Amino acid sequence: MTDRIEKHIEINAPITKVWRALTDHVEFGEWFRVKLDGPFIPGEVTTGRITHPGYEHVKWQATVKQLVEPHVFSFTWHPYPIDPDVDYSAETPTLVEFRLAPTVHGTRLTVVETGFDALPSHRQPDALRMNDSGWAKQVTNIKAHVER
Amino acid sequence: MSNVSTRLHDADAVPIFAALGDGTRLALLTKLSDGQTRSIAKLSADTKLTRQAITKHLHVLENAGLVSSIRIGRESQYAFEAQAIAEAGAYLDRVSQQWDDALSRLRSFVER
Repeated sequence: MTDRIEKHIEINAPITKVWRALTDHVEFGEWFRVKLDGPFIPGEVTTGRITHPGYEHVKWQATVKQLVEPHVFSFTWHPYPIDPDVDYSAETPTLVEFRLAPTVHGTRLTVVETGFDALPSHRQPDALRMNDSGWAKQVTNIKAHVER
Repeated sequence: MSNVSTRLHDADAVPIFAALGDGTRLALLTKLSDGQTRSIAKLSADTKLTRQAITKHLHVLENAGLVSSIRIGRESQYAFEAQAIAEAGAYLDRVSQQWDDALSRLRSFVER
């Protein structure tokens, strides 16, 4: 639906290695490009700074939900905390969930981000069906995009 | 980093998603999405909410750019604005692209 982004990627590396790249805060920072202040601990907030030159003012903040080695890692965050003068804490955060599964050649990683519009899911079909020019078209675009 | 640079332009998506995340506002928007303009009186007619409550919700939608209003005589007429919805969709596309980029860096990182 509209408030879900789902990604799959096949990685030629053992699941333990992928797990470490995701959950060790230093390794995570390497590929995500963020300097984290401390390790990921379930129930706790992780803070840090984006490391890309020119964007160091952008803060990272996430609350770790699940750490089930080596299968599930999830956190909630605000995916758009750009303006330093805006308090985003009142906005409903999105949930990011990494799921790992071993395959013949390595690891299959699934990333799902949900909660962009914080709509009760049972309301969505009726609410969106009538709007052919807007949401419905976008949903098709997004679906095509994430599925290509 | 495309990841962050695109996010810098996404602040406008926040009020759009926040405005969409409410049943009453979504119902109002759905009603208006047929392209016909309506007055507050008309929009309150088949709801249990007061005109004041409907007006408040319409203001949230208007501030997010999801509807526009025009004063005709003594009444404000409200109209659906497709552009904001398109922007919200484009925002999701960008978040999606950010994940593609991040995951491709992750793969390079663990496969090296």
